[in-house]
Amino acid sequence: MADRPVITSSELTPRSLYLRRREFVAGAVSAGLIGTMAPLASALAAPLQFVKSPLSTSEPPTPRKDVTTYNNFYEFGADKGDPAQNAHTLTTKPWTVKIDGLVGKPADYDLDDLIKDAALEERIYRMRCVEGWSMVIPWVGVPLADILKRVEPQGSAKYVAFETLVRPKEMPGQRGLFQPLPWPYVEGLRLDEAMHPLTILAVGLYGETLLNQNGAPIRLVVPWKYGFKSIKSIVRIRLTEEQPPVSWNLQNPREYGFYSNVNPKVDHPRWSQATERRIGESGLFVKRRETLMFNGYGDQVASLYAGMDLKANY
Amino acid sequence: MPAVSPPAAPWARHILGADPLRRTIYIVAMMPAVWTFHLGLTDALGADPQKTLERTLGLWALRFLIVCLAIAPLRHIGGPNLIRYRRAIGLLAFYYAVMHLSVYMLLDQGLDWSAIWADIVKRPFITVGMIAFTLLVPLAVTSNNAMIRRLGGAAWNRLHRLVYLAAALAVLHFVMLVKSWTPELALYVGLIAGLLLFRLVMSVRKRRRSAGQLVRG
Repeated sequence: MADRPVITSSELTPRSLYLRRREFVAGAVSAGLIGTMAPLASALAAPLQFVKSPLSTSEPPTPRKDVTTYNNFYEFGADKGDPAQNAHTLTTKPWTVKIDGLVGKPADYDLDDLIKDAALEERIYRMRCVEGWSMVIPWVGVPLADILKRVEPQGSAKYVAFETLVRPKEMPGQRGLFQPLPWPYVEGLRLDEAMHPLTILAVGLYGETLLNQNGAPIRLVVPWKYGFKSIKSIVRIRLTEEQPPVSWNLQNPREYGFYSNVNPKVDHPRWSQATERRIGESGLFVKRRETLMFNGYGDQVASLYAGMDLKANY
Repeated sequence: MPAVSPPAAPWARHILGADPLRRTIYIVAMMPAVWTFHLGLTDALGADPQKTLERTLGLWALRFLIVCLAIAPLRHIGGPNLIRYRRAIGLLAFYYAVMHLSVYMLLDQGLDWSAIWADIVKRPFITVGMIAFTLLVPLAVTSNNAMIRRLGGAAWNRLHRLVYLAAALAVLHFVMLVKSWTPELALYVGLIAGLLLFRLVMSVRKRRRSAGQLVRG
């Protein structure tokens, strides 16, 4: 035994090769070939298992670095760098989502129970912020419709209301003098918008669980609406008969409506919505690009708004 | 009409001027612009480089305006007398405003004149910003000894009171573009409001004093 030579793994495999092997595994995970089902609620990103979706865009995704460091999440501060700086304080485990209102099975659902049965899909979507910039983000999530069907909406339900966590101890933007919005942050969709196949509840991006600054552990993604509709860190989903209040509309009703569909022809009162800056197309000399009606999802969603005056219902 | 030689460009006067402190002010004060452009060109300005560059330059223009307005009150309350550097600071505010506007027009809007014009006439915050900039132009053009002589001290002083309006509009431009108030914004608004109030109180006192002298006389 004592004579036995000590062999380290680095002697068996050249360092460059075993490093590459790790890249291969990581690549395979992000490509959806292999993966492990990690607990969804975690401060650090963990790999997820998912299938690719035909609803994804083929446009190149915005670099992960930009997606995870350039965020509007006012619960963690008003500056776009604040969420990435401050959001690590949020504990996302355990996490329950209360689903109530006009549903057959109201309950406090544990996050792992809510998403467990559902097959996760990767949805690469364009994301257009009301401020005039956009990204392409590879989300991982489930159709909201699948979740809603499981809780059995009643016939009288016409809207879905969403609510973000309020926890000032862990959310510095909810403390102090300068609070941009009343808390909790609330959002809402018409039931047919919520049931649309493009609408998802995301639990990950770039093949891993969501980082806190991106709305961990569970958030809404509605790709044809301005980004602020895609509410983060959801703790409550309520089905209602009346149109629910939505945060930015409460703060400034003239500038933000209930629908907030991406529309290059209806300007924000303070700035044009005709063009956008695609984040990650790096360089000072890159031009703005044209904003597309319904953020380019018109073929799928325009019928939801047939006959509606989109200037009046902004 | 007396022959008036065309005034030398103000920056040339200052940079070639004899005062080493003034030269230092210029060099140090241009550092934020040089550094931010450098970061922009090396792709180190973050996710939205045009916006970051635009905002940074605008913010420095506002900061120099505030410093410029603070020089007279500083002397009044017994602080150091920096009046001889006020012109340099004011011109620096103007140069930063020029860079801020240029980045908006060139890099953000890509010289799309119809979009720029639509912004100026339709977006109140841009209208206000453009008025603030326009007000600074005659002040910059007359910030040299030749123009002071030509206009005469009293007229020159009257003209340069526009800086108070420009500063108020510049900070209003900032207030109007944000989605919500931040401590930083409140600080700038507070500083400019304070400086304008100081100026107002001073001029009211001065008027009362001279009125009093008239009655006694």
